[in-house]
Amino acid sequence: MKSLEELRALKAQMQGKMGIRDDDDAKVKVVVGMATCGIASGARPVLTALADEVNKRNLVDVSVEQTGCIGLCQYEPIVEVFKDGEKVTYVKMTTEKAVRVINDHVVNGNVVMEYTIGAYQK
Amino acid sequence: MQEISLNILDVAQNSVSAKASLIEISVVEDSKAHTLQVMIRDNGCGMTEEQVNSVTDPFYTTRTTRRVGLGIPFFKMASEMTGGFFEIRSKVGEGTCVTASFRTDHIDCMPLGEIEETMYSLITMNTETDFLYTARRDETESVTDTREFRTILEGIPFDTPEVAAFIRNYLKENSPFRN
Repeated sequence: MKSLEELRALKAQMQGKMGIRDDDDAKVKVVVGMATCGIASGARPVLTALADEVNKRNLVDVSVEQTGCIGLCQYEPIVEVFKDGEKVTYVKMTTEKAVRVINDHVVNGNVVMEYTIGAYQK
Repeated sequence: MQEISLNILDVAQNSVSAKASLIEISVVEDSKAHTLQVMIRDNGCGMTEEQVNSVTDPFYTTRTTRRVGLGIPFFKMASEMTGGFFEIRSKVGEGTCVTASFRTDHIDCMPLGEIEETMYSLITMNTETDFLYTARRDETESVTDTREFRTILEGIPFDTPEVAAFIRNYLKENSPFRN
């Protein structure tokens, strides 16, 4: 069983060596639609997969955020990536696709064309 | 919606939108009586009587992108189709309380699902909001109070990788719904 004692120990360990993430300064914003339509089509695991991957890679200038209904319910789960002044909309997302979007697009700057709404509508 | 825990996530998002500072969620299962009770209570902006009466109508919504709002109607339907009951109470300036009960032995009762993942994403994605989560299955109860976390952490946010990992494990290891 995890206890609050463990959290106290963790806090003591982290003291001092903390670089606090400031979402307002984030260079890349990853936004997940978390309205009823998103949640019903599987946005919860997508959201946590994105956050887990960002944490795993310690991407301090990337923030993962949630939003309401984007208005394209039939394409949910939807993930929008805001990077270098540009917005890319990914549709019908899964946890596997989420990891690839972080690795290819957010980290390496290569948009995963095949998951975008443009590719899907063709 | 395939899990009760997804309905809970959806309804709790309304509490976040209502600018609640504290959201209480309780999930209580009585395995002998075959009942599951869910409560989501917030201290957000609340609703007028007229709004409370319309939220269970799928064709009522405050959003502007679509003319339907299915969150509350889905949750109500999920409980009532098992022979359970649903109630929503609200007061402007005080907050909203949603309760739903389920008959777990009814064939139409959906599984509770990954309630710990619901709580994990609520806590780590809404780091300014406090959550009081009570989970009980028969005699086993566990309480997660983010106000306690906050006191211990003294300003370290819940979405810091190490802290987020702790919260996820805390929820899972203390859960009465996982054996």
